[in-house]
Amino acid sequence: MTSTATATGFSQEAFDAFLTAHGEPSWCTDARRDAWDLFQQLDWPARNAEEWMRTDIRTFRLDRYGLPGGEVDNSLLPPALLSEGVELGGHSTAIDSVSLDGHLEQQWADKGVLFCSLGTAVREHGDLVRKYFGRAVDSSYDRFAALNTACFSGGTFLYVPRGVVVDQPFHCLTALTDGATDLSRTLVVLEEGAQATLMSEMKSTEGAEKGLHCGAIELMVAPGANLRFVNLQDWAHGVWHFAHQRAIVDRDATLQWTIGALGSKLAKVNQHVELVGQGAHSQVNGVIFTEGKQHLSYHTLQHHRAPHTTSDFLYKSALQDSSRTVWRGMIKVDPEAQKTDGYQRNDNLVLSAKARADSIPGLEIEADDVRCTHGSTSGRVDEEQIFYCQSRGFTRKEAARAIVAGFFQQIFDRITIESVRESLGLAVARKVREYE
Amino acid sequence: MTDTLRIEDLHVAVEGKPILKGASLTINRGETHALMGPNGSGKSTLGMATMGHPHYEVTGGHVWLNDVDLLELDADERARSGVFMAFQRPMAIPGVKLADFLRHATTNVRNPDRQEGEELIPMREFRKELKSKMEHLQIDMEFARRYVNDGFSGGEMKRAEILQLAMLQPKFAVLDETDSGLDADAVRLASESIAEIGGDKMGLLIITHHDKLLEHNPPDFTHVMLGGRIVETGGIELAHELHERGYERIREEYPEAAAENREMAEASA
Repeated sequence: MTSTATATGFSQEAFDAFLTAHGEPSWCTDARRDAWDLFQQLDWPARNAEEWMRTDIRTFRLDRYGLPGGEVDNSLLPPALLSEGVELGGHSTAIDSVSLDGHLEQQWADKGVLFCSLGTAVREHGDLVRKYFGRAVDSSYDRFAALNTACFSGGTFLYVPRGVVVDQPFHCLTALTDGATDLSRTLVVLEEGAQATLMSEMKSTEGAEKGLHCGAIELMVAPGANLRFVNLQDWAHGVWHFAHQRAIVDRDATLQWTIGALGSKLAKVNQHVELVGQGAHSQVNGVIFTEGKQHLSYHTLQHHRAPHTTSDFLYKSALQDSSRTVWRGMIKVDPEAQKTDGYQRNDNLVLSAKARADSIPGLEIEADDVRCTHGSTSGRVDEEQIFYCQSRGFTRKEAARAIVAGFFQQIFDRITIESVRESLGLAVARKVREYE
Repeated sequence: MTDTLRIEDLHVAVEGKPILKGASLTINRGETHALMGPNGSGKSTLGMATMGHPHYEVTGGHVWLNDVDLLELDADERARSGVFMAFQRPMAIPGVKLADFLRHATTNVRNPDRQEGEELIPMREFRKELKSKMEHLQIDMEFARRYVNDGFSGGEMKRAEILQLAMLQPKFAVLDETDSGLDADAVRLASESIAEIGGDKMGLLIITHHDKLLEHNPPDFTHVMLGGRIVETGGIELAHELHERGYERIREEYPEAAAENREMAEASA
């Protein structure tokens, strides 16, 4: 079901053609038009805006990219990392924001589980999607959020009905060819007491360098539900990556959200978790490895909006060459969110003198009976550790690899999905070059 | 031909300050040597420089392993040629399991020409050997699943060092106070283990302040270090004398070295 959009760029004409080609229900077309208007009205973020002062996108030109559509060649799909050796409950693939094949195991379909591209879901399960679409991500947040809502394409929809426990993970692979645009959007809805795991990975096709991802993720976790969500971003190093990602976690529900960030030229991500019901719990794990001139910026929020909610956040980054990471984290506790237990931590291992990690934790607490702790560290690999490994026969490079792998192990110890632990561990270890 | 480790007129400085001022000693494989001396005399420095710690700058001399000058090699190449040091304060490597660490180390040391990325010793084979060595040393298998020295007690660190010695089976090993931080029973166990592992198979250079280790590992030679030099070498009787009476006689007989030792001790304090 490849769509065709003849006009190029993000012009009004191209957008109109895009809408016509999609033939979606009017609520969706209206939502897209509203967001398109916002996109037209909003300016690019100001250089001095808090979220952007460390992240320079002056060389970003939207007009070099265009709306998704047209023919794609599915033989270009890169191999997936996270799903290797895993018995999946379903999988889906997309190239350049055009969905290709998808599959859902019959046993889950029989239980009412839906797993398909978001585009398909809008057309075939419109009333269901409409209930949740746009509830987590605010299109007016900035131009990128507006653009995704207006022009989302491909993407993933996972719906698990009340009480259904899916013990096979779902997997989606999103690929990007050279210079192409990915406007995928993920919507996950777990009804009350449901359980599921979704692993999403993004990769450039072989040899591709450039591209644009302007994405959105919405995770809706109803009371008592349990979602494990993994997103691995492994784009080529010429890809711009802008993303708004938000989870809403209700009463006694649990979210384990693991991100792996290895790719892109520049990434600017807002990752928000809202704990809206009493007893909601979230765990966020971040594995970040940067090299070359990569610049990855993460703005995270753990928002406690109900009493007895807990959030546990750990990001670890290793930086090589002259790469840079920015992490700005916030735990926000609303006045009614008494007995909140919030934790955030960011550790950075700087592998080169030219690399730089900015780490800015923050607390905004309006309730008086809470426990919130935060911390961050940044430092070089300890030469004493290197020597100790060498004295046991490790080469310097092997030593650095082992130490970096060990640094991330604390996160891997928290991740309960074996294939994710292993593939991220290997991917990270492979990247460590000579340590100087 | 017996392997020989020959330290020849070794001069070492740390942060520009001379610590070793011409130390020489020769160990044949199969011999046990005790290295004794007051604090700050340079005993650990001798070990660290032999192993190739980058903070210990060699300003003169040689360390020959047979006809190879170890000083020309990186620390990992020294380890692969059969030299080992059990450290006083081994480093923690958080997140790296002792078993994985040792499997990698054992593979490299046993296959000195192994290139990075080549296969490690098969897991089954390695586990079997590790298990038998750990049982022998009365170390619980759970220990191998812990991260290298991470949160280990002083005693656990020393036991982990001995386990590594047992697995790596070097030609020569420097044991730097491997008996400190242990209670009486643990010292006995460590001493017996070292005697069994090392015994006549390795050349041992034992740095110790205590009697127990040497009781089970009677030195063929005892060296006394003072002010960065080896001032006297004797047999086991010298070790006994120093244990019983301390270093007074040595200081009196070698007043210059004693003065230098005082200076070094004051400078490092």
